[in-house]
Amino acid sequence: MSRPTRFKNTQAEEGQFQLRLVVAYAIMVLLFLLLVSRFVWLQVMQHEHFSTLAQNNRISLVPILPNRGLIVDRNGVILAQNYSAYTLELTPSKMPDLDATVAELSKLVNVTPRDLKLFKKLRTESRNFEAIPLKAKLSEEEAARMAAHAWRFPGVEVKARLFRDYPFKELTSHVLGYIGRINTHDVERLEEDDQTTNYRGTTYIGKTGLEYTYETQLHGTVGFEEMETDAGGRAIRTLRRTPPINGQSLHLALDIRLQELADKLFGKRRGALVAIDPRDGGVLAFLSKPGFDPSLFIDGIDSQTWKELNENWEKPLVNRALRGLYPPGSTFKPFMAMAALETGAIGPNDIRPAPGYFTLPGSSHQFRDSKPSGNGMVNLAKAIQVSSDTFFYKLAWDMGIDRIHPVVSQFGLGSKTGIDLDGEAAGVLPSKEWKAKRFAKYRPEVGRWYPADVVSIGIGQGFNAYTPLQMANGVATLANDGAMFNPHLVQQVVDDRHGKATPINTSPVRRLAFKPAHFEYVKRGMQAVLQPGGTAARIGVNLPYTMAGKTGTAQVVQIKQGAKYNAGALAERYRDHSWFVAFAPVEAPKIALAVIVENAGFGAAAAAPIARALTDFYLTGKVPADLSGQLQTVKTETRSAAEIARAQAERAAEEQEGHDANPAP
Amino acid sequence: MQTPLLKRLWQFVREPLDGWLMLFLGLVFVLSMLVLYSASNQSFDKIDNKLVYTVLGLVVMWGAARMRPQSIMNFAPPLYALGVLLLLAVHFKGVTVNGSTRWLELGITRIQPSEIMKIALPMMVAWFFQRFELSLRWWHYLVAMALIVIPGGLVLKQPDLGTATLIMAAGFFVLYFAGLSWKVLIGGAVAFAASLPVVWNLMHDYQRKRVLTLIDPMEDPLGAGYHIIQSMIAIGSGGPFGKGWLNGTQTHLDYIPERTTDFIFAVYSEEFGLIGNVILVVLYLLIVSRGLMITARAQTLYGRLMGGTITMSFFVYAFVNMGMVAGILPVVGVPLPLVSYGGTATLTLMLGLGMLMSIGNTRR
Repeated sequence: MSRPTRFKNTQAEEGQFQLRLVVAYAIMVLLFLLLVSRFVWLQVMQHEHFSTLAQNNRISLVPILPNRGLIVDRNGVILAQNYSAYTLELTPSKMPDLDATVAELSKLVNVTPRDLKLFKKLRTESRNFEAIPLKAKLSEEEAARMAAHAWRFPGVEVKARLFRDYPFKELTSHVLGYIGRINTHDVERLEEDDQTTNYRGTTYIGKTGLEYTYETQLHGTVGFEEMETDAGGRAIRTLRRTPPINGQSLHLALDIRLQELADKLFGKRRGALVAIDPRDGGVLAFLSKPGFDPSLFIDGIDSQTWKELNENWEKPLVNRALRGLYPPGSTFKPFMAMAALETGAIGPNDIRPAPGYFTLPGSSHQFRDSKPSGNGMVNLAKAIQVSSDTFFYKLAWDMGIDRIHPVVSQFGLGSKTGIDLDGEAAGVLPSKEWKAKRFAKYRPEVGRWYPADVVSIGIGQGFNAYTPLQMANGVATLANDGAMFNPHLVQQVVDDRHGKATPINTSPVRRLAFKPAHFEYVKRGMQAVLQPGGTAARIGVNLPYTMAGKTGTAQVVQIKQGAKYNAGALAERYRDHSWFVAFAPVEAPKIALAVIVENAGFGAAAAAPIARALTDFYLTGKVPADLSGQLQTVKTETRSAAEIARAQAERAAEEQEGHDANPAP
Repeated sequence: MQTPLLKRLWQFVREPLDGWLMLFLGLVFVLSMLVLYSASNQSFDKIDNKLVYTVLGLVVMWGAARMRPQSIMNFAPPLYALGVLLLLAVHFKGVTVNGSTRWLELGITRIQPSEIMKIALPMMVAWFFQRFELSLRWWHYLVAMALIVIPGGLVLKQPDLGTATLIMAAGFFVLYFAGLSWKVLIGGAVAFAASLPVVWNLMHDYQRKRVLTLIDPMEDPLGAGYHIIQSMIAIGSGGPFGKGWLNGTQTHLDYIPERTTDFIFAVYSEEFGLIGNVILVVLYLLIVSRGLMITARAQTLYGRLMGGTITMSFFVYAFVNMGMVAGILPVVGVPLPLVSYGGTATLTLMLGLGMLMSIGNTRR
């Protein structure tokens, strides 16, 4: 239907139209080229960058936690182990309304107020995307119920987790310590040690005790699973798996039977006991009374329980054996005797008076003897046996601190023993330098050393302050004729994968260069303490082996001049502490120990019988008649090292299974 | 006796269809089936559906191609009027989903009238110019503007910026081919640029967010920027040769949103790489070239205007979709022509292509 009349016009229009087509086409080609150049940029120039991003999207590293190493005593009795249980964990960032979810969950599982309190505390301490346990150790029924309702709760998971268990609770609390949730302080430490990766996914870390000291060995090495994950974070399949290396187990020198017996012998009394094998420095028993239940600390202790424990006047949280500083009282005398013999201040057979009191020249101050009538004329050995105070006052006065300190310090008194526990107290073996330093901020007169200062030091009072551990180690060194060890709780660290054991160094760190005759002399003097006429003669009755010891009484309060110490008149906590140090058998010592019973009076009365009962059990297997039914651990049969290793390997395998098996969502 | 019958039948079917276009569409269709199979995690459900509506689309296309453009043109005024009425109905009685009112409830089904306007609007404007071909004055352009702006404004109010832009663009293409003066065109472009701040103020929050996301997707990587970032990762990680069919990790681990519909290009790109992208772009360019070739030979003004507009719109859909997935254009709900899964869009598109073929069939 052409229109001839408008032909020319149409032709012009036609040309105009064709131009517009060309322009449109040109624009479209250009824009397509722009698009292609964008593709080149994304797919060629930025390809590597986006490949990495896609890979990061796709693959997530899931840590596989190593099982924490076990802790067993010298006979393979398990002191710390792991067990698997279900926990209910919430990730706040994944849920619309945290409080509502918690309220809903409380209808399904039994959430106690304590659980809630703990949850709130952890909530403030952790970041939004971290899973926080609301309830640990779900019952089977609760776990099943949660699995059925899981779809209702985004961000809520039931996870199989390993928990630490200390079967002996209070009994081992001051030895093992405990593990607890990793806090910001721990994180800093881990960062410093470059251990952050190794702790990915780990919730707990050793806080005190052996759990802290041997954290590296117990923790092991984390494994990783490379998982392919989808956009919803669900794992699709495993690409690669690097298995974890489980933590090594600690085999202790400690004998839990001895530990339990000691605990029972203390009963409700406070104090500490350390028993050391003088032959290798292994710690056989390490008790601080009272103890506490370490499981309270694992998930973070609530403030009320913490307050109760911390403000308890009995101080259950204080490790008395490690950190308790007590004047040694007369248990100091054997060391004084060594100093006197070594410096030649007295000869073995020199006879000196031991009157009822001692006064310094030109002073009326009376240093009284525990025996008002005195002990007549005695030699050094006899002075030890009867624990003559006036004899040692005079001896100390004659020697002066400069001759006492160099000898006694070699027994490790006043310095850390180097035991494998953190926070050991160094104690105080006084010297002129020490006093000047100690009182440096006061007037010079206060820090000056007065000759009279040495007198009470001679009988283990005054500035003297040692830990029961130091006393035990000192006595062990004495019993050993000067061979000194670093006491150690752990005998060997065992890798359960191939049973490879790394022993802790058990050769003496030092040999004191004192005359063997002097050791022999002092040891005989200590042996006489348990013989008729000695202060602990009562516990020396019917000894089937030889034993040496020394009683001690540490003053808690100063008795006024002229006043008489009257235990009944003093409140219990101001009464004297009862000390006893001992070793047996005398010829070839197998056990050395230090016992202190707080506020229990004379050493012979409270501490010595405990020591005797322990050496009896240790050397002969005899259990005190009145306790025979109460000791659980004594029944435990002892196992060979191979049996222990096998049992542990089986256990580890079981735990790994339990660990891997998470309930289906 | 049978051979001639079959031959006649073949001729009957073949006769209205454009050979070149059919070839290019066929190739794109093959690619689209491959991608859809991968994107739907190797399920045949969507493949089956797509086959069904492609066959339906082919019938519509064939039907349109058999008709003369003038006959189709006569549908323009009633179709346009119906479209505007429906848009008004949406405005007053529409169904609101996700804060925008785009649908009309018809009891049995729900329709989106703006979809009709994608075809009805350019038809109407082209009809208008054809009607007044011999007496065109400047005010005719103003009337044409009004024809564009009325439905465009209604869609914009829904609000649906993407569709409004597309239908108004279609109307604008008609104006362009009808000979709207270059001065006005350039002046309009300048005025548009100048009005951007005003437009910004009139925009809804979600629209502003889309623009901001485009400028810097990393600003909100887990929120609005997430889709763009993930599809850019898919494209980029595909590299020059792609990860291979069915091997796209972004795709199969659910990182790509809407991966069978608006973002299907990311899937394609991840698995077939730059090579695949270039092949697809070239196919689109061939379709567009063929479309313009048909347009250049169109006999009537209506034919030229509609041919050019359909071709340009086809291009715009392809460009906007790929540009959006590649992160150079804002996220608007535009499917990738012939590839994205979705019945309505395919039918509209095939109808348009059928009309293009009908224009091609009516040579001078």
